[in-house]
Amino acid sequence: MLELVDLTHRYGTYHAIDRINLTVKQGEVVCVVGPSGCGKSTLLRSIAGLIKPTGGAVLLDGRPVESTPDNLAVVFQDYSRSLYPWLSALANVGLPLRRRGMSRKARDEAAMAALTEVGLGAAAGKFPWEMSGGMQQRVSIARALAYRPSLLLMDEPFGSVDAQTREELEDLVLRVCAHHGMTILLITHDVDESVYVGDRVVVLSKAPGHVVGDLTVDLPGPRDQIRTRELDAFVKLRADVGRMVRGMSARRFDNGMTHEVETR
Amino acid sequence: MTRRSLLSRLAGLWIVPVVLVLWELATRFAEQPYFPSPSSIAVRIQELWFSGPLSRVLLTDDAIDAFAPSLGRLFAGWILASLAGILLGVAIGRSAKLADYLDPMLQFGRAIPPPLLVPIFFALFQIGTATQLAIIVFGVIWPVLLNTADGCRTVDRQYLETARVFGFTRTDVLWRVVLPAATPKIFAGLRLSLSLALILMVVSELIGSTSGIGYGLLTAQQNFLFVDVWAYIVLLGVLGFLLNASFLLLEGRILAWHHRARRTI
Ligand SMILES: Nc1ncnc2c1ncn2[C@@H]1O[C@H](COP(=O)(O)OP(=O)(O)OP(=O)(O)O)[C@@H](O)[C@H]1O
Ligand SMILES: [Mg+2]
Repeated sequence: MLELVDLTHRYGTYHAIDRINLTVKQGEVVCVVGPSGCGKSTLLRSIAGLIKPTGGAVLLDGRPVESTPDNLAVVFQDYSRSLYPWLSALANVGLPLRRRGMSRKARDEAAMAALTEVGLGAAAGKFPWEMSGGMQQRVSIARALAYRPSLLLMDEPFGSVDAQTREELEDLVLRVCAHHGMTILLITHDVDESVYVGDRVVVLSKAPGHVVGDLTVDLPGPRDQIRTRELDAFVKLRADVGRMVRGMSARRFDNGMTHEVETR
Repeated sequence: MTRRSLLSRLAGLWIVPVVLVLWELATRFAEQPYFPSPSSIAVRIQELWFSGPLSRVLLTDDAIDAFAPSLGRLFAGWILASLAGILLGVAIGRSAKLADYLDPMLQFGRAIPPPLLVPIFFALFQIGTATQLAIIVFGVIWPVLLNTADGCRTVDRQYLETARVFGFTRTDVLWRVVLPAATPKIFAGLRLSLSLALILMVVSELIGSTSGIGYGLLTAQQNFLFVDVWAYIVLLGVLGFLLNASFLLLEGRILAWHHRARRTI
């Protein structure tokens, strides 16, 4: 469904990502992990058509992406600025549904249902500036889920919530996406989360980011917060990914050249 | 407005009686016909405009004859200028191309003091309401236009990217993202324009008019009625104050999200 071919981007002379190749199948959940500043958000913004990559191509269903693809939803890393302060949480979630041809009532209902699912049913009438960071982040997730996109891009979507809520949100996203056949690209810096949520985990190197590992997570589904994390396979995969990510930061003090790292 | 700022504002009002007393003393002491005492001005204001029947909230015929056409011109001019300014401002703020084309003209137009254009307006519209409105509109359109353009140009990038990602239609982007995001700046422009409109209303009546506050002021001046002149000046000051206060009240309601969001961050 989504294919990145030698995707490269430079901000002026600064080389942010370097020849990223990646194929994501329909309905797949792919997690991207990598050190801070390695170009994860840049990668996401290129896919969303918000920046024009300086090299390579993004293909959706075989066709190159020239502008923002249709049927896409994004949970931005900078969640607080992606909600409109002049609208309530409910109106923020409902606004994108206007183009779905839904009536006002249907939109409000769908928005309310999504807010309830992220645990904010009681806060639907609140404005973004009346909410904590974690609440804003959940509104932003609710907006993306209510929209029912075919491709969902999430940039560290659970960064500001407590561990308990985080687990609930992980399960919610997996459930909704499985139910509606969405394809997800989720960026995180949490190794544990990437293995738990992903069907695949892609590890990026430090800047300029390129793919240094691409692991298939074949854990039995449906996932369960306690049992899945106990599995030997889970523990092993987590160690593998952890080693790769750590390998990247350990090599920072080498000569700074790119390294080929084995996939497993 | 928070309660604290309201209280501190009221507390600041002690300066008013102090100034009035000093003014009274100074004018009585100097005995200059050009500078009548505030008490005599107050009496004259009451005589001229506020000694009418209760049914008309004390307004005299003179008051109605003077205020109605003036306020009519003021609001008509301000509203026309606001509509035109917002329309043009949005167009310029949303289209870099249009901005490039129009910018030199705008800078040129903005630099011209509106009274200088009076002869041209006379030639175009003859003496009368149209000319007076033209003077006001031309004078007050700039703050609205430039602020609107600026507000529409500087919408937070993330707001627009969100709209783009979720595939908002162009009308939705304009009405539900760009305009709300620009309202704080648009309102700042509107407020500035309103106070300018008061000044230009007087100017327009000094030049080509047979009614209104400006005309009354001019007549009083030509007949050496200094107390009357001062009565008009005080009236204009109070009017300006009231206009600004009502505007702030309206703005406080419409931009509640803006003011409150600012305070918590
Ligand atoms: N608009 C820009 N102009 C110039 N440089 C930029 C711009 N955006 C990002 N960069 C640089 O590109 C690099 C990658 O940025 P990016 O935001 O993609 O990193 P990231 O992997 O998402 O980091 P984090 O995990 O901290 O969010 C950074 O070094 C950043 O300084
Ligand atoms: Mg980032």
